Amino acid sequence: MANYSVHSENDRSKILKALGINNAGELFSFIPGKVLNPEINIPAGLSEMELRDKLNKLAGLNNPVSSFSSFLGGGAYNHYIPSAVNYVTSISQFYTAYTPYQAEISQGTLQYIFEFQSLMCRLNGMDITNASMYDGGSSLAEAVLLSRRATGKKKVILSTTINPQYRQTVKTYVSGLDMEVVEAGHKEGITDIDLLKNTIDEDTCSVVIQNPNYFGNLEEVFKIRNMLDSYPDCLYIVSADPLSLAILKPPSEYGADIVVGDAQCFGNPLSFGGPYLGYFSTREKYLRQMPGRIVGKTIDRDGKDSYTLIYQTREQHIRKVKATSNICTNHSLNVLAATVYLYLLGEEGLKNLASLCIRRANYFYNKLSELPHFKKRYKSNFFSELTISTDLDVDRTLEALYKENIIGGINLGKYYNELSDSILVSFTEMNSESDIDRYIDILKKLQAG
Amino acid sequence: MPDKIFPVKNRRKNKYWTDTTREPEINFLENIPKNILREGKIGLPQLSESQVVRHFTNLARKNYGVDDGIYPLGSCTMKYNPKVNEDIAKNSNFSDIHPCQKTEDVQGTLKVMYELGEMLKEIIGISAITLHPSAGAHGEFCGLLIARKYFEIRNENRKIIIIPDSAHGTNFASAAMAGFNVIEVKSNKEGTIDLKILEELLKQHSSNIALVMITNPNTLGIFEKDILKISSLMHENGSLMYYDGANLNAVIGMVRPGDMGFDIVHLNLHKTFSTPHGGGGPGAGPILVNESLKDFLPVPVVIKKGNKYLLDYDIKNTIGKIKSFYGNFSVCLKAYCYILSAGNSLKEISNDACLNANYLKVKLSKFFDVPYSKNTMHEFVMSAKKYKESGGTALNIAKRLIDYKIHPPTIYFPHIVEEALMVEPTETESLESLENLIGTFEKIVSEIKNNPEVVINSPVSTETKRVDELRALKEPVFKE
Amino acid sequence: MSKIIKYTETYEYISVDNEIGTVGIAEEASDKMGDIYYVELPEVGKKFAKGDEAAVVESAKSAADVFCPVGGEVIEVNSNLESNPEFVSKNPLTDGWLFKIKITEMDELESLMDYEEFKKHVHEEG
Repeated sequence: MANYSVHSENDRSKILKALGINNAGELFSFIPGKVLNPEINIPAGLSEMELRDKLNKLAGLNNPVSSFSSFLGGGAYNHYIPSAVNYVTSISQFYTAYTPYQAEISQGTLQYIFEFQSLMCRLNGMDITNASMYDGGSSLAEAVLLSRRATGKKKVILSTTINPQYRQTVKTYVSGLDMEVVEAGHKEGITDIDLLKNTIDEDTCSVVIQNPNYFGNLEEVFKIRNMLDSYPDCLYIVSADPLSLAILKPPSEYGADIVVGDAQCFGNPLSFGGPYLGYFSTREKYLRQMPGRIVGKTIDRDGKDSYTLIYQTREQHIRKVKATSNICTNHSLNVLAATVYLYLLGEEGLKNLASLCIRRANYFYNKLSELPHFKKRYKSNFFSELTISTDLDVDRTLEALYKENIIGGINLGKYYNELSDSILVSFTEMNSESDIDRYIDILKKLQAG
Repeated sequence: MPDKIFPVKNRRKNKYWTDTTREPEINFLENIPKNILREGKIGLPQLSESQVVRHFTNLARKNYGVDDGIYPLGSCTMKYNPKVNEDIAKNSNFSDIHPCQKTEDVQGTLKVMYELGEMLKEIIGISAITLHPSAGAHGEFCGLLIARKYFEIRNENRKIIIIPDSAHGTNFASAAMAGFNVIEVKSNKEGTIDLKILEELLKQHSSNIALVMITNPNTLGIFEKDILKISSLMHENGSLMYYDGANLNAVIGMVRPGDMGFDIVHLNLHKTFSTPHGGGGPGAGPILVNESLKDFLPVPVVIKKGNKYLLDYDIKNTIGKIKSFYGNFSVCLKAYCYILSAGNSLKEISNDACLNANYLKVKLSKFFDVPYSKNTMHEFVMSAKKYKESGGTALNIAKRLIDYKIHPPTIYFPHIVEEALMVEPTETESLESLENLIGTFEKIVSEIKNNPEVVINSPVSTETKRVDELRALKEPVFKE
Repeated sequence: MSKIIKYTETYEYISVDNEIGTVGIAEEASDKMGDIYYVELPEVGKKFAKGDEAAVVESAKSAADVFCPVGGEVIEVNSNLESNPEFVSKNPLTDGWLFKIKITEMDELESLMDYEEFKKHVHEEG
């Protein structure tokens, strides 16, 4: 192994001599002979040149979103990432550093995490944000676990308008525990509040919604809060796309207890689904119950502002079975990307970006009326994603678009039985009005049969 | 925070994309109910790109990475991160792929994932794999849920997991999250699993024992040489064997966990497989499981049909999903590149890793006790106990190393050694680097004798001195 | 002072005066933990059996469960600890007491250790 081995034969002899052995193999002598030195069938190591060549060929087998006009969303968003973001995340002291356990030489990492925590709290209005989680789905699952720990109750209600993969993740996360997951259905593309009223009871630890929801619709967040007031122990968990919070009210203002989501949209590439950036925010009263790392501000011996990891006693390496979670890492480098991105865009830039996404969605919606076979599926207000339905075949529709280099959206029939006639279309600054014009033109040309 | 660091008055707006909106005057916000619209500012600063870049460049100066110097953190395997892998991962044909794209358009990505899986299966000696988990702990949780479902389907009520007292905290936490009860097993005098105790536990709890979680070598860097006996005892009992792959760097290429009898294995790609730690993440923690467990893997699994690569959702008894989509692809990609570069000489990694660790142990045992010293592999734990009275606690020694521009080893873990310093050099440290580390420890030991104040007050040379952690806890400030 | 002080294997002490037991953590435990900055105390009126988790003490290094040495009902908690958690580190046997219980099972005290036995136990564990 070629490239990264550092010892010369001379070095190795020196070391062997100091150890009083003849070869490195002697350091493995206690491994049972039966299993020692197995045959491992992997081809010989490639040189850097060969490696690049092979990977270039593999990359050539891919057609990235940039070679299409893509309207894919559903939890992963195509945004322009300024070069300065990758520049910063490529700085060696950031990406080759370890977890900041030694505060005195990790102030860089600690400070940017603290800044991320602060920025997210400004966006969602909550008291405290942690140093990040793996993704929006697992973050939501951890929120549900917190609500169980905090209330001692066993039933969680998930709206079916939450991202289907997030719901699946919650179910898997609680599968080893004594918990009941109940799904509350939707009406007109948003959580059916009457149904919710009939499902919630004294044994409910939390009610979970997503806003804007998976269909792109805006939930009746205040109505749900009012309903929950009759169940003071029950937590209100909201999964919120952080970009939407540039325009929408922070969930703290409609009484959310925990706010989670995925900040991949801030400066992190699509990367075929990972690594993304789960965020977790809550009220101060749940501080001790929070999973994951938290960075706190303090001073050093000379009174200088400094940062350090706090409340590590909640974490696995100290509490063990009593830990609030087993999570041992955060997605630090993704946090860095998001923090740089937020600074580069700033207050105005972020607001403009969110507005632009909504604008594109509305532009598309306004043109829908030209189409005989397509319509907006739900009456509800939408944000920057839109669910449309058709009396034509969805797969055929998407194929027709694809042939013209347009990825039209997600076939919702994949996740919802009643929506096999519907497509989730997502809009960002990467979709121009001409792209949308083309999209509409293609749909116009589609006929029945 | 932003407001204190930056001049808020600056209103420079950066333009990163072109807004081609034809009729910008149209107000579409009217379609959103007023009661849900934000009133007032978010509170983000408005800065020029140059200000932002300067801010982070200065933050980076306060950090220390593997490229700066040795990072002998036990159990973390802080080895060199190859730059070509970073370059390859930046290729937009890999980074610009949406997880919902048609499989026809992502064959390169799927092939990377598939081939990585195949190579890992070969290296580990186990037949099925998932790349979903984002970290070792995530992998543990996934693996334990698989075990849980496995026993459920067989109608066996096995709720106990055995974990050695030297194990990493995540083992315990993952077991609890997966709904198991833990029995902690004390290590014997040599620091390995006490076979007699294990046998007794098997007798006492027999059909209630689901599995044992073993790191091999363990967190003391010592190989569990009775591993084959342990496997056969556990399997005879109908229990499973779980391998915590955190220390794989010690044995990669020399022995395969599958051959040792393990049924479930998690790997840390950010350790043995050189993907960067990133200041805490992202990592990846793939899980390998044997034939009898493959029907429980999370969906989807990457498969090959003919010469096409696909995502298979038809996993009979899947545990479901532990997060959205398919895994941390860019991390997996880097590990894939690393294995392709190493090829069939993986042995050199573990051989050099163990040579380096043993060399350090032999030299440092002049100054520190190494209570568990037999059969050391890629890391070892030394104790600063004898210097505690004079101020040479593990903590103070760690802080003093910082003054010598060396990242401290892991301290106070594992708990079974007092004033523990766990040292893992990895194979990418040169002899000069090792000598430098040894010399530095020697200096510090001498300082403890002759000038303990400088050790107690360290670090003195960094911009930030000893941080008041207690104050951070008593008067917490977690945002601004 | 006819107080009896007994110790548990898990490093708690109980100082008994008639039927009232004052519970805290032994000096040997607070030493190990370092500066304690937070204490989670039980609610008054809560009933515990011997060995139940009754409280949690947290330091920068660790968080430890405090187990109730014998069965009883909590009649008072040390509210000073909210603003002065360091009492537990500095004077665990006096200002740093955690909670008082009305002991329901007096004979359970027999199975606890006196100070000499406890010292031996600590020595053996270390």
